Amino acid sequence: MVVFRVENLDIRFGSAQALRGVSMDIVSNEILSVIGPSNSGKTTFLRMLNRMNDLQPNFRMGGSVTFGGTDIRKIDVERLRRKVGMVFALPLPLPLSIFDNVAYGPRMHGVRGRVALAERVETALRHAYLWDEVKDRMQESAFKLSGGQQQRLCIARTLAVEPEVILFDEPCSGLDPISTAKVEAAMMKLKQSYTLVLVTNNVKQAARVGDRTAFLLCGDLIELGKTDEIFTAPKDKRTDGYIRGMFG
Amino acid sequence: MSHPYRAQKIAFAFLLLATLVILVSVGFVVVVIVQKGAPAVNWQFLSDIPRQGMRAGGIFPAIVGTAYLVAGAIVFALPIGLLAAIYLSEYAKDNALTRIIKLAIVNLAGVPSVVYGLFGLALFVVFFKFGVSILSGSLTLGIMILPLIITASRESLESVPQSFREVSLSLGASKWQTIQHIVLPNAIPGILTGTILGVGRAAGETAPILFTVAAFYLPQLPGSIFDQVMALPYHLYVISTQVPNVDEKIRYGTAFVLLALVLFVNLVAIVIRYKFRMKKKW
Amino acid sequence: MRKLWEFVIEKVVLICGLASILFVVLIFLFLLREGLSVFKTVSPGAFLAGKSWYPISEPPQLGILPLVLGSLVVTIGAAIISIPIGVGCAIYIAEIAPQRLKEILKAGIELLAAIPSVVLGFIGMVTLVPLVKNLFDLPTGLTALSGSIMLAFMAMPTIVSIAEDALYSVPKAYKEGALAMGATHWQAIWRVMLRAASSGILAAIMLGIGRVIGETMAVMMITGNAAVIPHSLFVPVRTLTATIAAEMGEAVIGSEHYFALFAVGIVLFIISFAVNVTADLFLHKRQ
Repeated sequence: MVVFRVENLDIRFGSAQALRGVSMDIVSNEILSVIGPSNSGKTTFLRMLNRMNDLQPNFRMGGSVTFGGTDIRKIDVERLRRKVGMVFALPLPLPLSIFDNVAYGPRMHGVRGRVALAERVETALRHAYLWDEVKDRMQESAFKLSGGQQQRLCIARTLAVEPEVILFDEPCSGLDPISTAKVEAAMMKLKQSYTLVLVTNNVKQAARVGDRTAFLLCGDLIELGKTDEIFTAPKDKRTDGYIRGMFG
Repeated sequence: MSHPYRAQKIAFAFLLLATLVILVSVGFVVVVIVQKGAPAVNWQFLSDIPRQGMRAGGIFPAIVGTAYLVAGAIVFALPIGLLAAIYLSEYAKDNALTRIIKLAIVNLAGVPSVVYGLFGLALFVVFFKFGVSILSGSLTLGIMILPLIITASRESLESVPQSFREVSLSLGASKWQTIQHIVLPNAIPGILTGTILGVGRAAGETAPILFTVAAFYLPQLPGSIFDQVMALPYHLYVISTQVPNVDEKIRYGTAFVLLALVLFVNLVAIVIRYKFRMKKKW
Repeated sequence: MRKLWEFVIEKVVLICGLASILFVVLIFLFLLREGLSVFKTVSPGAFLAGKSWYPISEPPQLGILPLVLGSLVVTIGAAIISIPIGVGCAIYIAEIAPQRLKEILKAGIELLAAIPSVVLGFIGMVTLVPLVKNLFDLPTGLTALSGSIMLAFMAMPTIVSIAEDALYSVPKAYKEGALAMGATHWQAIWRVMLRAASSGILAAIMLGIGRVIGETMAVMMITGNAAVIPHSLFVPVRTLTATIAAEMGEAVIGSEHYFALFAVGIVLFIISFAVNVTADLFLHKRQ
């Protein structure tokens, strides 16, 4: 089932063009990896899906992006962002307790009552593989957690609003290998219930985790296909060059 | 010593001297007032009304009057100032209108205090017919401290990291929810500091209240906001220049109370600012 | 439901954002409303350049030149004293004072700025005025000189804090470049940093002077209040601000005197507007 349909997407910030004529479908319960060198437009593309680009000044869009059949510009942006969650590159806990961090989203959406909130928080933390490590210190400040734990907290925070899609913007760039492995394991499990889009600078991570992989270069979508095919027999010379580390 | 190093020694000596001149003068002013004023201040002085044409007795009505005026000024200036700061920090775009607003704030901050007095007279006392009253005085003082509150609040709001807002919005919260639950709570120390500094400023100003509220001699406490009051800064002015033969102790005592009030308020603001800077979690 | 509440509150926020523009316009408007009436009695030329200010004589003489010159003399005197000391102190705090001392010094300067002007006026009256009288053997110590000295101390905190900010924001690379070429610390400051921070320092000076021009109480208590054209620093003068403060109490609402004082207010408002806008331009130029 098609979750996102992107057709001829052009994105400009003022006079700078970030994306040019990108078209693709994102289907449910897949992990789509998006790779490419810096400034290729990967993050811009990702932020389009939950309309975070709206926050940038001079943002202009051409083409269309539909979510579940409806143009995302016509969907109420707060409802879109509930359904399409995001985990950022650096762990960004809010200056609140662990519990309040995870409960923040549901609270803003009107979930009241300690029991209801506590249930959501626990479920989310379990799915992010963090529950066991924090269940006894829910009232502590989130800043007391390690980097890897904070990032899993951010995943839990996103899960707590019960989205359909989760966007990951280079989520492991600040993490050590063990934390990275934990985050990747969480992602593989999450695939069963959610659709994931992963932007990553780490080509090997894309190969490990993604079902399909998209390669962006300077704002153009060069190639999109099953991860196995892309990594063993890429159709475009540039894809091949990037994967083999010839440039980046 | 070679030439450039000698020049440096002389220059640095001059700079140190400049700094000392300022510090010694501040110290001198404070010491003189404390030395001559503190002995005059006792419970009687603070709680008694002025007697014998203000040559004796205490300054209680002036203290109460100042308290009312400052409270009124804050009640007016804090909500408007805070919301204006929220507008500038969270909503305003980088365009001509915003530049004009910022220019207007700079100007309000620079208007001479006596011109505020004229304005208060023309608008509140005469045009709105509030008369010479606490209402007129408070509103005038309120407009005067508005730029201070706006600036301090705006700086505090802007210092909240942008990433917090992004996280909140990405979870589907609305802009105002983000402001209410994330931005404002983390900006409170700065807003508080600004408000307290505003209190100090409003308490010490004379010119804005000269024609809008200040009473020369009014031993009774005010009954409503349409009454006049005495106020500490005006009282000090009156007993220093308008009333002959006031005991020196009373003059210094009044100066001491006013100075102590203002310095205390500013000290509280500085301490709050320092403590929260240490405690900052991000 | 929540959406409606948010819509309302965002409109209220916008209105408050525009409030400062509203107040500036209101102030100017009401000053004009009351002040322009004076030009029915006296022409603008006679008002601005007239040498006699006797508002309660019959007919009233409404020339503000003595007041303008009074303000000017006192302001220039204050500038001469406060600029070198203020900028010097700013350099000391920014570049030479050890770290711990810096915070204490800055707090001390902030406290000076917080002292109410009526308190400074009072202290000036009882200490500075007799001092000036005895030192220069004058008939009275209530002079422009006393006013200048006192106002200089009121301008200094503004000059020090803004100039110190300006020096602090000079990129370290400038100073380090100079030092690397063998300059002494002082040479680096004098030749490189002051030049780099010049527009900020200029803004600091302008804002300090702006504060001096607008000062009322301290000036009223120590410059003597003689509305005559001053020919030296050692005589009593009257500033524009003191005139309003001293005479408004006696002026009948709606009389020519009343309108004249508002006209003086217009002059003050325009002067402070000009100074503040220019200073702000300088402050933003360096950014």
